[in-house]
Amino acid sequence: MNKLMPILLFLCASVSVLTTIGIVVTLISETYQFFQKIPIFDFLFGTKWSPLIPPKSFGVLPLLSGTLMITFIACLVAIPLGLASAIYLSEYAPKRVRKVIKPILEVLAGVPTIVYGYFALSLVTPLIQSIFHSAGVFNALSAGIVVGIMIIPMVCSLSEDAMSSVPRSLRDGAYALGATRFEVALKIVVPAAFSGIVASAVLAFSRAIGETMIVTVAAGSTPNMTANPLESIQTMTAYIVQVSLGDTPHGTVEYGSIFAVGMTLFVITFLLNILAQYIARRFREEY
Amino acid sequence: MLKKKGFKGILMLSMVTLLVFAAACGNNSGNKGSENTGSKNNTATNAPAGEDVKLSGEIKIDGSSTVFPLTEAAAEEFNKEHKDVRVPVGVSGTGGGFKQFCAGEIAIADASRHIKDEEAAACKAAGIEYTELSVAFDGLSVVVSKDNDFIDHLTVEELNKIFTTGSTVTTWKDVRDTFPAEPIVMFSPGADSGTYDYFNEAILEKAGIRNDKAISFSEDDNALVQGVAGSKYGIGYFGFAYFEENQDKLKVVPVDGGKGAITPTYDTIKDGTYAPLSRPLFIYANNKELERPEVNAFVKYYINNIGTFAGEVGYVSLPDEQYATEAAKIK
Amino acid sequence: MNIFLDANRKQIANRRKKDWMLHILFVAATSIGVLALCALIVDILIDGIARLQPDLFTNFPSRKADGSGMKSALVGTIYMLLIMAPISFIFGVGAAIFLEEYAKKGRITRMIQLNISTLAGVPSIVYGILGLTLFVRLLALDRSLIAGALTMTLLVLPIIIVSAQEAIRAVPKSRRDASFALGATKWQTVSRSVMPSALPGVLTGVILAMSRAIGETAPLVMIGALTYVAFLPEGLKDSFTVIPIQVYNWLSKPQLEFKELAASGIIVLLALLLLMNFSAILLRNKYQKNI
Repeated sequence: MNKLMPILLFLCASVSVLTTIGIVVTLISETYQFFQKIPIFDFLFGTKWSPLIPPKSFGVLPLLSGTLMITFIACLVAIPLGLASAIYLSEYAPKRVRKVIKPILEVLAGVPTIVYGYFALSLVTPLIQSIFHSAGVFNALSAGIVVGIMIIPMVCSLSEDAMSSVPRSLRDGAYALGATRFEVALKIVVPAAFSGIVASAVLAFSRAIGETMIVTVAAGSTPNMTANPLESIQTMTAYIVQVSLGDTPHGTVEYGSIFAVGMTLFVITFLLNILAQYIARRFREEY
Repeated sequence: MLKKKGFKGILMLSMVTLLVFAAACGNNSGNKGSENTGSKNNTATNAPAGEDVKLSGEIKIDGSSTVFPLTEAAAEEFNKEHKDVRVPVGVSGTGGGFKQFCAGEIAIADASRHIKDEEAAACKAAGIEYTELSVAFDGLSVVVSKDNDFIDHLTVEELNKIFTTGSTVTTWKDVRDTFPAEPIVMFSPGADSGTYDYFNEAILEKAGIRNDKAISFSEDDNALVQGVAGSKYGIGYFGFAYFEENQDKLKVVPVDGGKGAITPTYDTIKDGTYAPLSRPLFIYANNKELERPEVNAFVKYYINNIGTFAGEVGYVSLPDEQYATEAAKIK
Repeated sequence: MNIFLDANRKQIANRRKKDWMLHILFVAATSIGVLALCALIVDILIDGIARLQPDLFTNFPSRKADGSGMKSALVGTIYMLLIMAPISFIFGVGAAIFLEEYAKKGRITRMIQLNISTLAGVPSIVYGILGLTLFVRLLALDRSLIAGALTMTLLVLPIIIVSAQEAIRAVPKSRRDASFALGATKWQTVSRSVMPSALPGVLTGVILAMSRAIGETAPLVMIGALTYVAFLPEGLKDSFTVIPIQVYNWLSKPQLEFKELAASGIIVLLALLLLMNFSAILLRNKYQKNI
């Protein structure tokens, strides 16, 4: 038992490594074939994405800019709100309130994203259109806001974890000096938990990049390099869904493009997650 | 002590569950094997499957989301008569359906277009022969918002002018002089849908659709409905069923294909006067699978009965004599 | 002196005011999240409550909204969980034990650790692509129950490993020392001393990971599980459907009545989710009392 178990357990641990290898191999082998036909330079730096409508062109930048716009809007919503909720829950809220609100926020995280998509289209979009008359029915703003609402719980819960692991004694010291709760929260707790908070923000960012169903429903499918959030755009994830449910024959360049896009998506989120790990470790305050 | 048992208990439990599932899996594949051989024997002895033969087995179907409601209806009704036949119907798109079809993974492919040359080649390479069967019509409806008070009809040329690639139309006035000079907003199914494919062929002469800021695409037909309904100067097109269900929000545009403006209705689509925007929908059946009595019975049932269900799901049945022609293709 | 005192008082009053204002702000921020959830749920309840009848659970999906149900989806979801739970429990907890108790703190361990935490953030649709290529095509499992469950297992595994590690780490070192002092071997210590006291925490993590899995749509759409299934799966290789897929299916129909069905499907899903979260919270509370 003593000799066997470490080996078995190691095998368990290696599943995760195998998963990564599996993802990379899957994506690379198909992406490689795609790049045989489309030069990698055109893919990475092309500014027009029109894989299905002639004249065909495979520049990923419009998808990337669409993805980043959604992500940016989502973070603009989720990070301030999530952080404020986290501060409230960890520093202000009575224990009873926290016990109620935390599970509620966790449910918010568990609502299927397809539901959020229709929430965006039927409730948020009309609201936006009544404020900005130029807004299209499919627009990045609506989808972005709703993706933001979806990731609030994640930011909140991760930052709250970071804040509640700040030792009690630090707070007590500040209170003893006559600090108000606000001062304790903003000048003691937040700086002490800063690395955890930043890490939660980066993770939220990467979650927003990978969000699929909301943007498929509410952001339209117009690959569009624009800075105007009231226009319809397409994200990388939405493109993958479009082609995998669509009528494109397999084995064509068009079909291969979903692997190239998937690869791009994977590389970006993977790097962001490593960044989050690095920040969390590098800037951790030890007590 | 209790806790100790807890951990071990759960470990044991999960192991046992795993084993049970593994066993179930093994059994099941075993059963399937015997079923298959069984059904082959059946084919030899009583090939023309009569109504009273008790059928069983699985008929895998996949493909177009447009054809899905029809196949779903056929499967549901067929199941009422043959409870032991399992008919899972997937929605992987026409392309995804043919991919599986030509790999021999499914018995029937739903398609909203004819099989393409490269797909046919793949089937041939795998030695798969098939029968193409038309099952119903779908009328593509060109729609505008209920608030649109100036449009009475559009000609095919005007539609082409609005939607074609590189179009310079920006206001309704550009389409026809009597229309107001209001900016036109367009909605179209995504370029990966069969609906777009057909529109491209029938209206745009395969030139491709415009791709600029004035047009919005969505894969989701319900989202398109919302789009057109919410834009006073909007125009869009999608399957007849989606217009049918949203008549309170939308106005359908009669289309003039050279013989006067025709409004899409069940009758005009069925008798072919609503042209060129009505398209046939297909199923492709694997000939070898058709030898299995349950598949044979299902396809026959499909062709003989789909005319009565088509209307319920928003499609238009073929003329009766055409169903007879289609039925004759199946041995 | 009075002037100083006044100034001091004024400053304190100001700081108090600021504190109070920010308190309001924080409460407001928190309520936005909660309000959004309420708006969503009220919207769904209004649409779906009328359809929440026995038919919904006893009938198979149908082309007609009346009498259409989600029996196969509900059963499919439960089966998927039943397959996922033991597999992901064994592999997840195994990996966590290895990393926390056995692995030497070196380069390879750090790599594995980093790998796991980064995998937790990989978009679910990428897992869908992996599942499609590996399970559906390569292992020829088709779009079956087992292919779906395995794809989902890979998706939730990192979450389980990380939470199990935290639970194991929270077990005081003294417990291990006591066990070693009694002459127990490493495995005896881990299996009989460490794991029992980490178990509630581990289970909480597993349950939360499962509740993540029941709402996922994108990876299953990728592996082609978007299917009309009017029968219950009997074996691992059978076709299946799950609640979010059924909801997606209903939402994409043109007929308005299906929107109500979709809403009632969502209510069932949320109820399931609440049930799981609630049991996780119960476990967590019990666990916190124990330490």
